[in-house]
Amino acid sequence: MTDAARFVVFDKVRKTYPGGVHAVRDLDLEIARGEFVTFLGPSGSGKTTSLMMLAGFETPSAGDITLNGKALANVPPYRRNIGMVFQNYALFPHMTVAENIAFPLTVRRTPRAEIEAAVLGVLDLVQLSGMRDRRPAQLSGGQQQRVALARALVFNPPLVLMDEPLGALDRQLREHMQIEIKHIHARLGVTLVYVTHDQGEALTMSDRVAIFRDGRLEQVGSPLDVYERPGTSFVARFVGESNQFAGTIREVRGEACVVELDGGWTVPAMLAHAAGVGARTIVSVRPERIRLSASEGAPARVAELIYHGDHIRVRLGAESGQELFVKILSGAAPEWLRPEAILRAAWRGEDARALDPSPADAPR
Amino acid sequence: MTGFLPKRAMGLLALGVSLIAGSASARDLTVVAWGGSSQAAQREVYYRPFTEQTRVPLLEDSWSGGLGILRTRVQAGNPTWDVVQVESDELQLGCDEGLYERIDWAALGGRDAFMPEAVSDCGVGAVVWSVGLTYDGSRLRDAPASWADFWNTQRFPGQRTLRRGPKYTLEIALMSDGVPQSEVYRVLRTPAGVDRAFRRLDQLRPNIVWWTAGAQPGQLLASGEVVMAAAYTSRMFAARRDDRRDFRVVWNGSVYAVDHWVVLRGSQNRDNAMRFVQFATRPENQSRFPTLAMQGVTNLRAARQVDPAVATSLPTHPDNLAVAVSLDVEFWVDNIEELTQRFNAWAAR
Amino acid sequence: MRRTLPQLSNWLLVLPLFLFSAGIFVAPIALMLLRSVQDPELAAAFPRTAAELARWDGQDLPRPEAMSTFITELRGVRGTDRISFAANRLNADISGFRSMLLRTARMLPQADGGDAAETLRRIDARWGERSTWTAMRRASGPVTDYFLLAALDLQRDDDGAVAAVPAERAVFVGVFLRTLWVSILVTGFCLLLGYPLAYLLASLPARYANPLLVLVLIPFWTSVLVRTTAWIVLLQRDGLVNGLLRRIGLIEQPLTLIYNRTGVLIAMVHVLLPLMILPLYSVMKGIGRAPMLAAMSLGARPFEAFLRVYLPQSRAGIGAGCLLVFISALGYYVTPELIGGGGDQMISYFIAFYTNRTTNWGLAGALSLILLLATGLLYIAYARLSRATGPAR
Repeated sequence: MTDAARFVVFDKVRKTYPGGVHAVRDLDLEIARGEFVTFLGPSGSGKTTSLMMLAGFETPSAGDITLNGKALANVPPYRRNIGMVFQNYALFPHMTVAENIAFPLTVRRTPRAEIEAAVLGVLDLVQLSGMRDRRPAQLSGGQQQRVALARALVFNPPLVLMDEPLGALDRQLREHMQIEIKHIHARLGVTLVYVTHDQGEALTMSDRVAIFRDGRLEQVGSPLDVYERPGTSFVARFVGESNQFAGTIREVRGEACVVELDGGWTVPAMLAHAAGVGARTIVSVRPERIRLSASEGAPARVAELIYHGDHIRVRLGAESGQELFVKILSGAAPEWLRPEAILRAAWRGEDARALDPSPADAPR
Repeated sequence: MTGFLPKRAMGLLALGVSLIAGSASARDLTVVAWGGSSQAAQREVYYRPFTEQTRVPLLEDSWSGGLGILRTRVQAGNPTWDVVQVESDELQLGCDEGLYERIDWAALGGRDAFMPEAVSDCGVGAVVWSVGLTYDGSRLRDAPASWADFWNTQRFPGQRTLRRGPKYTLEIALMSDGVPQSEVYRVLRTPAGVDRAFRRLDQLRPNIVWWTAGAQPGQLLASGEVVMAAAYTSRMFAARRDDRRDFRVVWNGSVYAVDHWVVLRGSQNRDNAMRFVQFATRPENQSRFPTLAMQGVTNLRAARQVDPAVATSLPTHPDNLAVAVSLDVEFWVDNIEELTQRFNAWAAR
Repeated sequence: MRRTLPQLSNWLLVLPLFLFSAGIFVAPIALMLLRSVQDPELAAAFPRTAAELARWDGQDLPRPEAMSTFITELRGVRGTDRISFAANRLNADISGFRSMLLRTARMLPQADGGDAAETLRRIDARWGERSTWTAMRRASGPVTDYFLLAALDLQRDDDGAVAAVPAERAVFVGVFLRTLWVSILVTGFCLLLGYPLAYLLASLPARYANPLLVLVLIPFWTSVLVRTTAWIVLLQRDGLVNGLLRRIGLIEQPLTLIYNRTGVLIAMVHVLLPLMILPLYSVMKGIGRAPMLAAMSLGARPFEAFLRVYLPQSRAGIGAGCLLVFISALGYYVTPELIGGGGDQMISYFIAFYTNRTTNWGLAGALSLILLLATGLLYIAYARLSRATGPAR
């Protein structure tokens, strides 16, 4: 028996393109059987390359990938038995829905009756039972997406890969499909590796999120982990929103610390990287964790109120020139919250994290 | 062109063709010949001196024959060509159809000043060319002397090249079979004679490489691909002179014909066109042409003034004329379609 | 009014092109094709004779009155272009008719007198033959099937029945079949050579694909004549190809690569290859890598993935490329003329021959019409076939 926690293993996997471009550097990652793992990162961060190496369409320059204990290095893609859903579905336009879905079974020389049963079952799973004789061009984007999904699942692969499968859908359909894919994953118990650059999608669907940056794995953890306890200032910025302030650590007490921000405020935070008193840091606070009041905290002026329906975004200007955003639920806005109002902003020490001082990336 | 197809419609057809060819307003005098070394010689002795002496600018063009091309140009009205060098069959057919202006022979020095084959109502003989047996003297020790030798693959092993088409080829086949020069067309006018010519070609078929462009026989001889050729004699002598080839021509049984200057009907440069024809047929101008082109000329006084060293290499030299056959224009006008069909059916077998 | 205005302006925008193509292209072609069924020359020169011949039952010889009508009319058109056109037309049917008619017109006595039939027979004995007069009856118009029959190696005999022409003159059916066969072979070789190349071009990144595409296009922009002549240099007995083969020891005696079918195929495939590659390339560019990757991820070996997924998707390109090459090949004659042997002429050679050389435009029109019909039928068959099996859209 192989170790269920080590179903897919990336071991020091590296991909270098001719000309010295490092697409992936020393990737170490273990994925458990049945897990839903999302590769998240901006474009060019190495997430798709890593997926393609797992699928067999790219060859690692160094390192090993194993699937269920077997090294994949010399296994061609068509023998890996991995289901894959492509960015633009890659449906075969000259085949009907049923023929598309039956394709992986016909290449495996499955008996016809079995194919028929499997196709019907999976059509039912993706709720396309009435569409079997249509051609892909006669389907909506969402329906095409379901066909691609059904085709990747019909041969019961233990591992399914999805490369930004929902990118072409509009927002409502995308959210609907997110839930549906999550349910199918839950029902089938298949291991799923999902690539996206949409952090909301990653948080909604995954058991674990692997965040890529410049070919490196920045952080791996549950959605809660990466949102609430980002390990780096990049993760804090990329996953959800955050206010980030540069400052210097003045005091360390166990996991807690006190930081003097460059604007002059002294604030509490949780120390989230290895550094001592006097080190530079970036303090990151989620906008919804900042409390506004008339009496407590640092003084600031309301520069702007932006109405978002379910919540209101408040842009504040501090005396030091620093700017911060605060999110308040629509119903919970106090009546003194008006433009130009002078008020005070504060947060609890456990809601702020003192992170590595790497500055934000240059605007892309 | 009257009757069932309306004249206007034919005009439209011709207009379509002429629009493609390029439209014309006030044009310079345009003279059209057959390209190659012959037209290069004409440029030297006719075109440039004509413009220098008359101050009439002259454009030149080249073509490769075809009465249909002339007919469409004339029927379109205002043809873009003025003077054209045509073959004898195009002269006769086009003259009957009224495609050419009449020639004023008095202005040319009278009909008697020219060889008889050069004189007609619609055109003036321009050059005399011929097709004859040719071989490379540096490759063949044993010199062939007649078309019978051309067929003798025992004495002269190797390939031969003939023009792909019935014209000259059938005459040559009959002469190789022992038909004397004077009898060729009498025999060819009978069905049995045509059969005899094709049977004779059958015998040589495995040894024949066909040529279609006049430059090919020289290349084939030079590369050793063939040992003998039925070729334009002028090109052979030009290769002798320019490329130092030891090409030799057997005049015995050569077939000669005359090309003519014609002026297309409706030419807007008619007067200058006629002046050019006069210029190009004057003895003092024509006599300079053979040295360059290795072709004969038609004005009798010009022929006498030709450099004697060159004269023996021309189809018009009396010794050469005596053993040659004059291409029978009427025979070919009557029979070119049927014999071309038959030739192609034969060649494809 | 509001809705017709933009429509009117749309019409005005295409009007110049419409007039241009109608005047330059459609009308001349239509007129040329019409020539294949018209027979105006004889009736134009001899209107009353033509009417007389139409009444003749075709047995023995026409009535003496018809003969003297003919003599009168012949005298009337002497020296005009009308007699020349009529003579050409009759000569197409019976070789030698042209000179016989013109000589007869020249030699006719000035005054009528005596037996008209005897007068004609004294000038040329052929006037006493029935076949001479049936040929004239066949040509008396205004419409005729003579040219269309001739284009199919058929003729009407003196009794009006359709019969095959003598074997030694039967050339066109063979040439049509040869034209089709050569075009099919050229199309097949172009597909075999062009498909992998187009695939390579479509799968390479643009920085490699674009220069290669230019290499494909350069010959496309070069004149057919230049390319054909270049092949003569390469393929001749002492040419580069034979020299190379001999130097590397593959052959001892030079191969005959030119002035035969081999040479024609080599040169035509080269000349027409871009027409195959370009549509294939554009279709393959649209397919992209994804379907092959998808098929392989689903378990198909590369060859099966290609056969079941890529090939069917590239079928539109195959169809367009084959159609372009095939139809272009049908009309070729410069390359077969210069590189082919005696048995390699294609039908366009004869169309050009009758159009330019002998001005037998009726036969040229008939050959063109048959070529056009054959091409049209093949195109319809292709369209049917691709609709029947293609994706339902």
